[in-house]
Formats: sequence, structure tokens, C-alpha cells
Amino acid sequence: MADTTEVKKGKAPVTESLLTSGHRACAGCGEALGAKLVMDAAGPNTIATCATGCLEVFSTPYPESAWRMPWIHSLFENSSAVAAGIEAALLAMGKAEGINIIAQGGDGGTADIGIGCLSGMLERGHNVLYVCYDNEAYMNTGVQRSGLTPYDARTSTSPSGAVSWGNQHQKKNLLEICAAHGIPYAATATVGYPQDLASKVKKALKIKGPKFLHVHVPCPLGWIYPSEKTVDIARIAVNTGLFPIVEFEYNKLTRVRKIGKTRQPVEDYLKPQGRFKHLFKEGGEAELEKIRQIAENNIQKYNLV
Amino acid sequence: MKKLIEGSMAVAEMVKLCRPHVIAAYPITPQTHIVENLSQFVADGEMNAQFLNVESEFGAASVVLGASAAGARAYSTTTAQGLLLMAEVLFNISGLRLPVVITCANRAISAPINIWNDHSDAMVVRDAGWVMLFAEDNQESADMHPQAFKIGEDSNILLPVMINMDGFILTHAFEPVDIPDQADVDAYLPPYKPVQFLDINNPMTFGVLAEPQWYAETRYKIAETLEDVKPVIEKAADDFKAKFGRYYGGLIDTYRMDDAERVFVAMGSIIGTLKETVDDLRAKGEKVGILKIRSYRPFPKEKILEVSGHVKEMMVLEKAFSYGSGGMLQEELRACFYGAKNQPKISGFVLGLGGRDVPPSTLKKIYEHSRGKVISNEFVDLRQDVAQQGSPFAMKF
Repeated sequence: MADTTEVKKGKAPVTESLLTSGHRACAGCGEALGAKLVMDAAGPNTIATCATGCLEVFSTPYPESAWRMPWIHSLFENSSAVAAGIEAALLAMGKAEGINIIAQGGDGGTADIGIGCLSGMLERGHNVLYVCYDNEAYMNTGVQRSGLTPYDARTSTSPSGAVSWGNQHQKKNLLEICAAHGIPYAATATVGYPQDLASKVKKALKIKGPKFLHVHVPCPLGWIYPSEKTVDIARIAVNTGLFPIVEFEYNKLTRVRKIGKTRQPVEDYLKPQGRFKHLFKEGGEAELEKIRQIAENNIQKYNLV
Repeated sequence: MKKLIEGSMAVAEMVKLCRPHVIAAYPITPQTHIVENLSQFVADGEMNAQFLNVESEFGAASVVLGASAAGARAYSTTTAQGLLLMAEVLFNISGLRLPVVITCANRAISAPINIWNDHSDAMVVRDAGWVMLFAEDNQESADMHPQAFKIGEDSNILLPVMINMDGFILTHAFEPVDIPDQADVDAYLPPYKPVQFLDINNPMTFGVLAEPQWYAETRYKIAETLEDVKPVIEKAADDFKAKFGRYYGGLIDTYRMDDAERVFVAMGSIIGTLKETVDDLRAKGEKVGILKIRSYRPFPKEKILEVSGHVKEMMVLEKAFSYGSGGMLQEELRACFYGAKNQPKISGFVLGLGGRDVPPSTLKKIYEHSRGKVISNEFVDLRQDVAQQGSPFAMKF
């Protein structure tokens, strides 16, 4: 997946990814794949911020760094605000031209603890692309539930039990929350479709102003599936309607990825994952029906078939 | 040129002269006039800065963190609840070694909610790895800003600086303040030359994970730098004096202390009231003086010992308290003299909490009744009728 990009005239072309190999991510990590795709699409004239989480931990254990680009991690909830500060600084110093600024965070760092700073960054109109790598729980701390954990998923703080089917709240609609700020571009993408993800990054970076990209990144450890299945799982999420691939421009739905010919039942997505195993025991049918309804609602809402 | 202006306006004027690239702030009383004035300067085109109205103090501190990491000069201001909301970021800014400057318009902390002055807010973050300076009046508050940037941006220091000025007492008081010319401030405070910053031509990783074999050294370096910064603070004050002719002390300042047997120790605007009180007492033949703590972090232990060899009694006045322990300034003063040849009697008084007025009469009362004694953690001028109630702030309608 090496990307050939030129840093400066006269220098040899760079053939390594900006998020280089040798870091400590788990085998099959969807977030590592997602971050590499995003940065290589963006290219070397990019400054990145990163929220606390797996991505930061596996890529920067002192004295090593996997980032071949200017990169900063500050705290869990301020990746967007730090990026806003960088953008303001570059503007004030007359150095903003031609520089991409990408803020990164996980689902918890974006949709839960970081949503205040994110909203502020979007509302103020900073020329920043925010990328949320959504693996649907607090994976770095041991798979606890977040606001983007899907309905009925079993996590370490939303366990299934005698009187519970797991997470009893629906996944927050982060994309539409961001789109509702009236920003020029808000889209979902997935590591299941890398070319689509890369082209959305490139498209977003051509637009001036705040952009938001919500990337679905399966996690073999937290979702409990074999590590070679990350891309398959990501694709099935799309094909069931559980993770719609859509684009908003100025809060208007402009494009969707149709699943008319590829549509799959939600069981195809749920069954291979240990976090949904409890739904396939006695009494689980009613819960499966609720999840079918969630998929159906997405399909109707975004006209996916 | 001297102008009769509000303290907040004086600070805003001086911040403008420091030419920060980025200002981010969230409004909170009594800091508001500072940011209102700065936003007006930007709106009028008098200031070439990015002014960001952010969604919280947490966001404000994070924005200036990012701006500073990108190599810009960055400024914010807050108080009380806002400072507490910033707390997580404040530690991060010093850990990342970013020379941000923040003005804290010192105010009490809720509950019960109270918007008036004390030092409870700043004391909460005294261990955040910041240089913390306390100003006595509006001229000093204003003049501390170019000094603060100069101290923090020193390539041997690279630490953030917090300027503390008493809320309302200073921020809202009108005093004649000399606002210098831009050229003179430019000569005193050259543009910031960052050593390491986010740069596409020289990519670096900031904010790494430090495992147990690395973390302690990063903390040690902050501790070491907060010692190294002591002469830098003094030099910034001396250079300022050479350029502008004004001086308020370096790490400390003293007033009529040369032959003083008894000394008041305090920080902030109470120094003004103390000077008047000491003059009165001196007129009656009392050998009394004032030790002003100008730099609370780093704590000027050596300087205090240097000027206190002849002192018999110290009366520490402080506008904050460490619940379950004692007055922080009282404890630090006492620790300062541990093992010293001369060990004065050190008494501690807690006063001025939540904006309670501290008139000279109160200070004279303290002076009289502590004579020859060691008094600890005395809350001054308490209303006994209220203090004796079981739970004075849960009320029935």
C-alpha cells in the first residue's frame, strides 16, 4: 500500500507511508489501516493532531514514532481544538497556504468526551479535516461502551447478562450532528472500501473550511473476530445497512453508496462477531428483529437500495 | 504615556503590544473586560492576531496549546471555574514545554458561587509546572505580560507563565497606567523563535507515550527548569527596569524590611493595603515591613532566607486554604526556614475569601494580636453567627 509522494523538489521520492510500519497495533487493526489510508491520501504537506487512544499509544511509545509527518497528541478530548489552534497559528504567521490539517480521534474521543471541542471547531469554520476512527467502544482501555457502540453490543461496561442484552442505547448519529453545523462536507467511509476512503480524504482536503469524516474501523480484539476478517467485516457492515456510506454537503445529503445488489441480512454481520454472540441464544430473536429494524430504518432514510 | 484606565484595559493594551499571533478565550467574570478589549482591538484592525471565541475554557487552553505547538505566540485569560476547567490542559501545556501566557483574574471557587476575589483558583493549579507570578497593582499587572512572554520563551526555559491579578480589585479598578510605545516593547520582547514546532519541513512527534522507564525524567526536567527560571525571572524584571524605568521586584520584593523585626508576607493587591498599614505602624515606631511574594512558582526560598536573617516574626496573609491541611503560603514559609539559622515565629492568617474586604484595621488587628505568638490557620474576621450554624448554605425558602 506504499504511496509515492514527493516531499520537496530535488529529494528522492518517499515510498513509505506517513504512518510507517513497525508500530504496536494489533494484527488486523482497522484503525491503523484507516489512519494509514487517510494520511497517504492527504500527503506529506499535512500536520496531524491525535486524541488519546489506541492510535496514539501504538504509534508513539517514546523514543519511537511511526509518524513521518508533524504530529501532536495532547489530550483525549481536544484533538479538534488543538487543530484549530494550529490553523489559527499558521494563518496568523502567514504559513497556512498549502498545508493540510487533520485532526484525529476515536469514537469516544470524538462523539463523547470530545464533542464539545469538535462542535466548536466545526462552528468556527476552521480549515481542518476531522477524522473519527470509529471502532465502536473504548478499545484502548479495555473495550468499554461509548456513545457510538451499536445497540445490543456486548462491551466490558455493557455486558449481556440475565436481564440485559448488552448495550441498551442506539449508536449516536455523529455524522448528522456534524453535518447539522452546516459544514461544507461531512461523510462516512470505511476501511472496507479503501479507494472510497482515500478519494473522500482527497475531496475533503480540496474544500476550504471544516470537514468531517466518520470512518468505520473494525477491531478484532474488541469485536471478537479473527484478525484477517477486518476488511470483510467492514464491508458486511455497509451491505447490511448498519453502517451507511453517505455524504453531506452543507447539511444536504448528496451521495450514498447503494446496496441494492449487495444487501445482506444483519445476521451475516452479527454472527461472526463475539460481541453479538449472546443474541443467538434462546430469546435473542426479538433483539435481532430490533437490529433488523435499525438497518431497515437506515436503508429507508438514506435510500440505500 | 500615562492613561487613567481600568486594569483589564491596561492588560489588554499590553497584550496587544506583545503581538500574540493567537488569542483564545471564553468569557467569565471578572476576566471579561480583558477579552472584550482584545476582541475590539482585533475588530478595529489595531491588532494582527487570530481571536478565537471558543466553546469553553477547556477549548481555549487547547487552542493556545495547538497554536504554541505550531510556533506561534499564544495568549489566553480566565479565572476560577474557568481555570479549573482548564486544569487538565494546563498540565499538558507545561508537559509539552509550550511557552503560553495566561492571565488569571483571581476569583473564588464555587460552591457557593462567588465571583469575587481570592486566590483559591490559582492555588489549585500550583503544581501544574507553570511559572506563576502575582501582581500588586495595575501597572505591574500590565508590565508582567511582556516579562512573562520573555521568561517563558527563553530557549532554556520553554515553560508557560500564569500572571495572577486580583479579580475586581485590580481588573475593574481605574488607575493611572503607563502604556509604553510599541517600538520599546518590540525592543524588549523580540519575536518568538520556537526551537521545536510542528513543521512539514522538519516533521516531529509531540505528545508521545512515555512508559515508566521515561516518564520520571520528563517530570525531573520541569522541576529542574523551574529552578533554572529563577534568575531568568529576575533578569526579565531588571531588563524591564532598564528599558522602562519600572521595577516591582524579581522573585520577591521588600518594603521597609531592612531593619524590620516583624514582617507581613503576602501576594497580590493586598500589598497596597499593607504598605499603607506599615507606614502607619512605622509612624508609631513599630519595626515592621513587608515581604511580597512576586513569584509563587518557582517559590523563592533562597531569596526569602537572604532578606529575612534579622526577622523575628512573620505574619503570613493568604487568600486561599488547603482544606484538611493549612494555608499553603504559611506552610511553604515555614518549610523555607527548616534548618535555617534564623527561625522566625511564623503565623498564618486566611482572609479576603470570596472578596471579603481587608481594610487596614484588620491588618493592624492581626499585627497586634499575633505579637510574640505562633498562630496557625486563623480565619480572620469570621462572622461567628454564620460560622456556628450547622450548614449555613442550605436554606429553606
